[in-house]
Amino acid sequence: MTIITRRNALIGGTGLLLSGCDRIAASPSVREVLTLGEKATRTAQRIVTDRNALAREFTRADLSPVFRENGTRNPGSPDYAAHAAERFANWRLVVDGMVAQPLAMGLAQILAAPQRSQITRHDCVEGWSAIGQWTGLPLGLLLRRAGLSGNAKFIVFHCADLYDGAPYYESIDLVDAFHPQTILAHSLNGQSLSIGHGAPLRLRVERQLGYKQAKYVMRIQAVSSLADIYGGKGGYWEDHHDYQWYAGI
Amino acid sequence: MEHANADNRMQPEAPLIYRTKLPVRIWHWINAFSIFVMLMSGMSIFNAHPRLYWGQYGANFDQPWLVIGNHGDRGFVNLLGLELPAGGLLGVSSEGARAFPPLLTIPSHYDLAGGREWHFFFAWVLAISATLFLLYALVSRHLQRDLALTRAEMRPSHLWHDIKEHARLRFPTGEAARRYNPLQKIAYLAVILILIPTVILTGLTMSPTMNAAWPWLLDLFGGRQSARSIHFLCALGFAAFIAVHLAMVVLAGPINELRSMITGWYRLPQAKGPTTIRTEDAA
Repeated sequence: MTIITRRNALIGGTGLLLSGCDRIAASPSVREVLTLGEKATRTAQRIVTDRNALAREFTRADLSPVFRENGTRNPGSPDYAAHAAERFANWRLVVDGMVAQPLAMGLAQILAAPQRSQITRHDCVEGWSAIGQWTGLPLGLLLRRAGLSGNAKFIVFHCADLYDGAPYYESIDLVDAFHPQTILAHSLNGQSLSIGHGAPLRLRVERQLGYKQAKYVMRIQAVSSLADIYGGKGGYWEDHHDYQWYAGI
Repeated sequence: MEHANADNRMQPEAPLIYRTKLPVRIWHWINAFSIFVMLMSGMSIFNAHPRLYWGQYGANFDQPWLVIGNHGDRGFVNLLGLELPAGGLLGVSSEGARAFPPLLTIPSHYDLAGGREWHFFFAWVLAISATLFLLYALVSRHLQRDLALTRAEMRPSHLWHDIKEHARLRFPTGEAARRYNPLQKIAYLAVILILIPTVILTGLTMSPTMNAAWPWLLDLFGGRQSARSIHFLCALGFAAFIAVHLAMVVLAGPINELRSMITGWYRLPQAKGPTTIRTEDAA
């Protein structure tokens, strides 16, 4: 008969508890149930939030002294490096998918279009926040110009960067796509976007968390389903790290 | 049952009373479980950015009021600029740099998405069950009858007496034990009316969508980063409540207390020693 000392029982017990907890936490059916929380949050937030309710806009006095760069700091591909060296003079933003009139717009065209400027708070999923002034072209305007199909349900943003070797992309639904503060920003705090902040163009979707704010946007694709895009969950973090597609909290 | 009989033989005068109604017991256990999951998954989320700020914004280049970090293998807590050593407890763990160690977090390994899934599922459980409980407590008058302090209990002399009795670990016996004592009432009311509502509202204030829907949230708490700090302080409040609550359960007689929270039946503790004053059976 083995004698189990209290100390050993305690150590063994916590180990068992820990692995037991992790087994529960990792079980697919448990995670399936837990995702009901995200679904409930999305439904409830859509009910209580007016379609056009604006994210808080701040003043220049509220700007973060330093706006932290996050995620990819430089896509680093030869293609991107070439565009960056030319200050994106020959770069084109592609708008395609379920649109009547696919577009390829240069930076000059984007700058000549109607603009919106807003001082908003950027909230990272990790918990930190930074306030910056973003200026850019309202996405709704672009989608109307391209003649978005009535069957389109999502807008997918394809980015220039690879994150951990996989292409970064993100997607939003049409409520967020046509929100007045959803813009394709080309400048931060009155300056052209730096490479660290996503030059030449990044998405601002102000009622969502940071990982939805795709940087280095190269192509905008209208789709009816996200199932066929990469991992099918609607974004890089969603596909690779189980982040919630609806990042409302 | 055998245990109850043994108790009876030793103290034939100790009456068993039905003290805790079913809805209170159900809510207690649902809430207790949710709070544990919320604390543990909350620590998982905190580990993603173990720094707290006041105001609308706050990130790595801004001034935090609390940091849990490490210098190599030595953890520290920096509170208002004052660095306190935390050894291997906080700031560093077997998995490397971690504000809170794997033993305390859900999931135990670093997984922000997983921690968020647990947190936001049980946030619904917590908020819905707390709302239902509060409605029940108001309608059944549990709140007004059992939890609210009486006018006499609110007198400073009465509270001071209760504090001294607690400090001597002397708890009410006989008829006085039928009801919650004033400090106990204050602790329960603080959780039900202050901590739970504040933790829910500060949680919602961290949501960019909810800021658009209910902009008053930002004004109420003074910004998203302030709300995050208050949310964390609420969590500390829950942890402190749990520590004291469990200590009181152990000191007051864990079997009796647990039975009353499971079956509703509570044995009135009797005063010990020769000076025992028998309570009237008629009461």
